[in-house]
Amino acid sequence: MAVSQQSGKGGFWGNYLARRYTYFTIGFLIFSIVLGLIEQTGIISNNGIGYAFLLLTLALYAGIGVMSRTKNVDEYYVAGRNVPAIANGMATGADWMSAASFISMAGTLYLLGYDGLAYIMGWTGGYVLLALLFAPYIRKFGQYTIPDFVGARYGGNTARVVAAIAGIIVSLTYVTAQVVGVGLIMSRLVGVSFEVGVVVGLAGVLVCSFLGGMKAVTWTQVAQYIILIIAYLIPVTMISLRLTGVPFPQLMYGQALTNVERLEQEQLGASTYTVPFRDVPSNASWIAASKQIGVTPPAPARDATWAGSPWNFLALMLCLMLGTAGLPHILIRFYTVPNVRDSRVSVGWALFFIFLLYFTAPAYAAFARWTMLQDVAGQPVGALPSWTESYAKTGLFSIRDLTTLEGSAIDALPAWANDLVNAGTLVVTDANGDGLVQVSELSGKATEPTTAANGTVTAVPTDGIVQFPEININGDLVVLATPEIAGLPYTIAAMVAAGGLAAALSTADGLLVVIASAIAHDVYYRTVNPKASVQRRVFLGKIMILVGAGVAALLALPRLALIAQMVAWAFSLAAASFFPVLLLGIFWKRANAAGCIAGIIGGLAVTIFYMAMNYTNPFFNVLGISHLGAGLFGMIAAFALIIGVSLATQPPPKEIQDMVESLRRPDAAGAEDARLQGEAEGVFGH
Amino acid sequence: MASKGASAGTSRRKHDVESYWNANLRLIWTLLAIWFAVSYVPVFFVNQLNQINILTGFPLGYYMGSQGSLIVFVLLIFYYAWRMEKLDREYGFDV
Repeated sequence: MAVSQQSGKGGFWGNYLARRYTYFTIGFLIFSIVLGLIEQTGIISNNGIGYAFLLLTLALYAGIGVMSRTKNVDEYYVAGRNVPAIANGMATGADWMSAASFISMAGTLYLLGYDGLAYIMGWTGGYVLLALLFAPYIRKFGQYTIPDFVGARYGGNTARVVAAIAGIIVSLTYVTAQVVGVGLIMSRLVGVSFEVGVVVGLAGVLVCSFLGGMKAVTWTQVAQYIILIIAYLIPVTMISLRLTGVPFPQLMYGQALTNVERLEQEQLGASTYTVPFRDVPSNASWIAASKQIGVTPPAPARDATWAGSPWNFLALMLCLMLGTAGLPHILIRFYTVPNVRDSRVSVGWALFFIFLLYFTAPAYAAFARWTMLQDVAGQPVGALPSWTESYAKTGLFSIRDLTTLEGSAIDALPAWANDLVNAGTLVVTDANGDGLVQVSELSGKATEPTTAANGTVTAVPTDGIVQFPEININGDLVVLATPEIAGLPYTIAAMVAAGGLAAALSTADGLLVVIASAIAHDVYYRTVNPKASVQRRVFLGKIMILVGAGVAALLALPRLALIAQMVAWAFSLAAASFFPVLLLGIFWKRANAAGCIAGIIGGLAVTIFYMAMNYTNPFFNVLGISHLGAGLFGMIAAFALIIGVSLATQPPPKEIQDMVESLRRPDAAGAEDARLQGEAEGVFGH
Repeated sequence: MASKGASAGTSRRKHDVESYWNANLRLIWTLLAIWFAVSYVPVFFVNQLNQINILTGFPLGYYMGSQGSLIVFVLLIFYYAWRMEKLDREYGFDV
């Protein structure tokens, strides 16, 4: 109550809400500085700093959650529809930017170079579609969920339930990935085990969303956005200052790119980082997943036929854009603003706040690659910077310099060396026949292979010097280790972890609301028991948030590689189902229920078929498009089916066509029709 | 502000939903064309664009993917919001 009741009066900056969050930001900064000073005195351990950040931020989220507790349906599902545009923009930013955006994005760019930019453009360009094609009309429709819209527009409960189930599947995989992220960050922040981290983190989610639903989630997300953006920008600004002398990483990483190209040229013979379209379909992730679930993994395979052509990149980018515009947990955020005009402005703010992080991520990646090429590669193994050692222990970083093989038995090589031997990159000769590896045997001195199976050559000479290709770095390290690479105090590293936690928790919160409302509102209230009382519906919503969180925790504990894969697929699935149905629902009055159902099912079927085929066999592809871009084909199928089946069947009834007309008017007129269409009597009780 | 926009010259179009909708569609098509031009088109020419270095040493093709297109995306959305608000006033829609 206390928070939103006083918002939206006297302009954003003139009101209570803006002041409160400004104090909050300043308070967070002062807290961090004080902690940093205490760290200097040496009276607090690293774990102590971690706990301080953890307790402060979780207590804060819980406090906002408790202050925003509510039993009102409008507040529980759509935050009372009085969230100012700029606040909704921040909340959308936090809702959108997950653990993956915060931690893994920069790493993906580090590893993939130009090809990783498909994610940067895809996950921002989708907001243009959201602003131009969906947000104003969803706001005008003004109910509670996306299945509400599908149900009202296409008439009948079948379309509604199909949309609700699709939304639950997408959201549940996505929330599971967030819970995994929470567990990992918690274990890094305060050194607890992954399982304990999951439980404590989930408690933080629940305190917030359980009591206050969308209202509490919204105001927590604004706070979480502030923490995550501060935590993301500070380390990279410091590293930019150290490496280039200018504290604007977004501008200065051009210099890093130039150096990366030069160093790659020197060390590898050719620069690769800014060279496009090197990412081709392969079964690497299928191998990782099948190892984990105990299936015999297939032989590594990749189809490089289409390397150098842009189709895979373009298909992935398109799927990410259309999927972004069609994801339910983002769409419902635009129910929470006061009117259509605010919904348009709000998408702009949302993208602006997301942009701040996304246009910085490539800077992280470029600076990290520059540091690796300049400070790590070319160093003797014994003279590496100290942070490499501490991260080697976590398994996020390793150097496969062949000197580490010294003295190991030839028939018991470590797994990575065996992989190299199998791939033919590394050959071991036992020149003196003692059954042990000697470095001299690897370095090419024993030039005569004793047997065919035991030749002696290495692709890279073993000289005790680290070569760039020998560095094996987990993508997640790029953001997490930057503070230490830049020699910053541990307080900054803990702040980054707290930022990652904010990103994961805020996304998990938003998704749990979608899951709860899909079950309690769409399936139970709209389909099973339309006479349910308001109290009963809110109560059921709260129970469903608990159930959703519990299921996500159970799915997260085994840490299946497949979960991260499914999140990437979620965009293709949304692009092939929600996007065509919503777009034609708003812009083509002739689209009808039969077309909608055929489109969703057909689009999903084609997408899943292509995904499964290409995932297990990379040679099954069209134009070299990988399973991540499968939604392109599903989307085409969905559009064709919706249009074809709609034209072959009866046009939708006049009431529905009138409802579409009313969506196109930005003012309140006609809103009654839309509401009646949604059979919403009793819902708008005030 | 709202009454200024809906001046005498434009009020004859008051609540003309069809012409409002067509103006909206034209605007959407124009902005989508720009959206396509800054995100998809540079991908086709990335190798040629990378020959050019801008600012502190960005290859232009890489720059378009990492910053250039993003800046245009943000501007497009705010422009659309601003333009539609003006259109709302012209057509006398009291949002």
